[in-house]
Amino acid sequence: MTGLPLLSIAIWLPIVGGLLVLATGPDRNAGQARLIALIVAVAGFLVTLPLYIGFDVTTSDMQFTELLPWVPRFNIHYQLGVDGISVLFILLNSFITPLVVLAGWKVIGEKVAQYMAAFLVMSGLMNGIFAALDAVLFYVFFEASLIPMYLIIGVWGGPNRVYAAFKFFLYTVLGSLLMLVALIYLFFQSGFSFNLLDWHEVRIPLTAQIYLFLAFLVAFAVKVPMWPVHTWLPDAHVEAPTGGSVVLAAIMLKLGAYGFLRFSLPIVPDASRELAWLIIALSLTAVVYIGFVALVQADMKKLIAYSSVAHMGFVTLGFFIFNSLGVEGALVQMISHGFISGAMFLCVGVLYDRLHSRQIADYGGVVNTMPKFAALFMFFAMANTGLPATSGFVGEFMVILGAMQFDFWVAFIAATTLITSAAYTLWLYKRVVFGAVANPRVAELADIDMREFAILGLLALCVLWMGLYPFPFTEVMHASVENLLKHVAVPKF
Amino acid sequence: MNFVMPDLYPASAEIFLLLMTCVVLLVGLFAGKGRHWLVYLLTQLTLTGCFAITFVTLDGQAVTTFSNMFVDDLFADFLKLVLYPTVAVMLVYSREYLAARNLDKSEFYLLVLFATLGMMVMISASHFLTIYLGLELLALSLYALVALDRDSARATEAAMKYFVLGAMASGLLLYGFSMVYGATGSLDIVEVGQRIATGSGNKTVLVFGLVFVIAGLAFKLGVVPFHMWIPDVYHGAPTAVTLFIGSAPKLAAFAIAMRVLVTGLAELAEHWQVMLTILAALSIALGNLAAIAQTNLKRMLAYSTISHMGFMLLGILSGIVGGDPRFALNAYSSAMFYAITYVLMSLGAFGMILLLSRASFEAENIEDFKGLNKRSPWFAAMMLILMFSMAGMPFFVGFFAKFAVLQAVVAAKMVWLAVYAVLFSVIGAFYYLRVVKVMYFDAPTDTAPIEAPRDMRFLISVNCLAVALLGLLPQGALEYSIYATYAFLAGH
Repeated sequence: MTGLPLLSIAIWLPIVGGLLVLATGPDRNAGQARLIALIVAVAGFLVTLPLYIGFDVTTSDMQFTELLPWVPRFNIHYQLGVDGISVLFILLNSFITPLVVLAGWKVIGEKVAQYMAAFLVMSGLMNGIFAALDAVLFYVFFEASLIPMYLIIGVWGGPNRVYAAFKFFLYTVLGSLLMLVALIYLFFQSGFSFNLLDWHEVRIPLTAQIYLFLAFLVAFAVKVPMWPVHTWLPDAHVEAPTGGSVVLAAIMLKLGAYGFLRFSLPIVPDASRELAWLIIALSLTAVVYIGFVALVQADMKKLIAYSSVAHMGFVTLGFFIFNSLGVEGALVQMISHGFISGAMFLCVGVLYDRLHSRQIADYGGVVNTMPKFAALFMFFAMANTGLPATSGFVGEFMVILGAMQFDFWVAFIAATTLITSAAYTLWLYKRVVFGAVANPRVAELADIDMREFAILGLLALCVLWMGLYPFPFTEVMHASVENLLKHVAVPKF
Repeated sequence: MNFVMPDLYPASAEIFLLLMTCVVLLVGLFAGKGRHWLVYLLTQLTLTGCFAITFVTLDGQAVTTFSNMFVDDLFADFLKLVLYPTVAVMLVYSREYLAARNLDKSEFYLLVLFATLGMMVMISASHFLTIYLGLELLALSLYALVALDRDSARATEAAMKYFVLGAMASGLLLYGFSMVYGATGSLDIVEVGQRIATGSGNKTVLVFGLVFVIAGLAFKLGVVPFHMWIPDVYHGAPTAVTLFIGSAPKLAAFAIAMRVLVTGLAELAEHWQVMLTILAALSIALGNLAAIAQTNLKRMLAYSTISHMGFMLLGILSGIVGGDPRFALNAYSSAMFYAITYVLMSLGAFGMILLLSRASFEAENIEDFKGLNKRSPWFAAMMLILMFSMAGMPFFVGFFAKFAVLQAVVAAKMVWLAVYAVLFSVIGAFYYLRVVKVMYFDAPTDTAPIEAPRDMRFLISVNCLAVALLGLLPQGALEYSIYATYAFLAGH
């Protein structure tokens, strides 16, 4: 193995690159800004590849670890490392970033350097979240990533962007600040350590565990988002520019779910088991109820946003049925949802760039003018409903199988999603793409260009690959998931 | 009674400052109009000289002089080393602003120097009378500074209000001191501490006096319910003076709070902790809630100061847990770190108002920051750093300040108080975000270029970048506070 600090590079390359993009200054240098941003983003993805290639799938230990004292006053370390659970998200995040840069290539005409810089910085910060093994380091990245997103929604967003940006920021900050108190409590409980791996071994009385679990729940449930604290998501998605929606759906929502795996389950396992019923109930509500909510949306982005909530309900469900099928299925679902929801938002973005409307009613008959686009959109819509041979199927199927082991009725209710998600996605597709061309402006639509085709095509390949041959993904996570479940099964108080 | 010449060495910085103030006074008198730069330069030189003296005479020894009324310990030196640059930076920020308003009279510099001397005396006080002396020197200078713009009705009103309330607070403090004196028979802070520890002195009288002492201190810090003057004075005073009031005096107030409460009245900790808890809780709540309703940035920052001071009190009150001082170092150094970082941030924030102000234009409304990102992306980014730092967001130093205090509170087993504080921080985040919102999301209404002189632009950038850099690498500043607090605790 090379001695390069790969994780540090994966974190700081985009951040430093982002500041470099910022240095290009005003919009007359927009071309330069775009080019540097793309180079940095692609380089950022390439440096994460060795993480996958060099990853040892036989162990559940942390790999590519780095350890430096950061703030010795509070025993905070700059401690990085990845295991099978986190490594894939760093790759996913770094993979999505160049696509986002490309997606904003033409549409963003104002403050280009700032736009690109915000995405690059955010990408680096999110890599930091997945790589951090020190609780404060995690928290710092977790919070800091809100700042660029706040700006992205607020500066380049839609008409109601200010409201959405504030709602997004305040909701998430509320959750994470409560988590901060929990982290500080654990610091004292563990004998002055912020090391997450140490925390896995700390014995905590059950009552304290329950409080800690609730604090984590608030932080992560808002982020996932779980019903009933999901209401910020549709607003944020609708108002955010396409790139913002993609990052939000593909990566940011995964932070919450990742937090459950990294914090709730291993640190407070007894409370997790004790309160699993609550999470399962909330997840099933999200799956069923939000599915129906999605059905009645008139705004395409809102519909996909609700579908994200429903799909993330599957993820949290998978975590809290405590078997490897469920957890691995949920992880697969997270990555697949990263591809699919990202692609769905990009598809909406393609339409929005042309017609400047997200209302379903304004479309109809798009297939007549944009056949290439319609084909790709069809594919992603199918993947969103969980059609076999797409990645959407693998995760959902695994979670349902896991749920079946856990309880028949839980599995039964969860499986209804296959019907509702098909209903809202396909109905959306039908109304937008098929039918007569009612709107004269639809008749003038130009089909996707090479740039858009490349972005969507790449995502389509990923979805297909993961759907046909998910083994490279599950192989990586298997050892870590098994270890986690073993750990969770042992009482800790 | 023999006269013994006191040891002047420990107070050399103060003496130098006083001498130089006399020089500045004379120069100001004879320099005439158009030579204000000379006074300005001399003032800056004086502060630099003070810094040098304090730095050179820095040693770990705590030396008292003037019959134990004045102490020169590491705690005092470290605070003074922050104080001088704060005042110097504030002078750089305000020069152009004052000149444009014809306020850069030599009196301004004199009063600032006297106020600085007052703060130094407060920081080094080891006697109740010395505290009072320093406090009045500071307060009287500040009253005059607020009224510096004598044609402004708002400033005069603010000065009157400040004076009346300030005089009352001084009275309260003095009354409290007299009670403590009555109970212990001493005004020497260390001696008072020892006498209370040995059980001499009537507890009832002491606690009665304590109430007044706390009320006086709370007024000087500006915490609820003794905060009434803050918004009006911050708003009414010329912004340069607001910058001064809002920064350095917080360090001095922190110092006397520590000296009086921790050195003098530590045995009464269980009583003052309860009082401080109430004050802190009220300040955090009211400061954050009232700030939301403000449209004037100076008033908004005034309310934010109230909540920040409440936060700092959280650090002071969690030092002694049920009589156990195990976490004292941790808690007090956190409070000190909070005070220092607050000063750094508030310097920057008020400095930004000065930066955007021009002759005949005060950029004091939040609206005046509209579209700053269009006008000057650099300074918009600087203000963004300040606002997020004040909101306690990483990677800025405000996060570690909040973190330090919160961990001290949790260490003192008051998790509920920590939860309370973070809940109000969320509310606080709203109004800082609003400033960012007008800078970034709104279109500019004012398109005039920023005219501030080069030294100010440079310094304010350094100031804001320091906020960011200390957020990335806070260890040095944290250690600084630890050393100072350690020396402080070792002194008694």
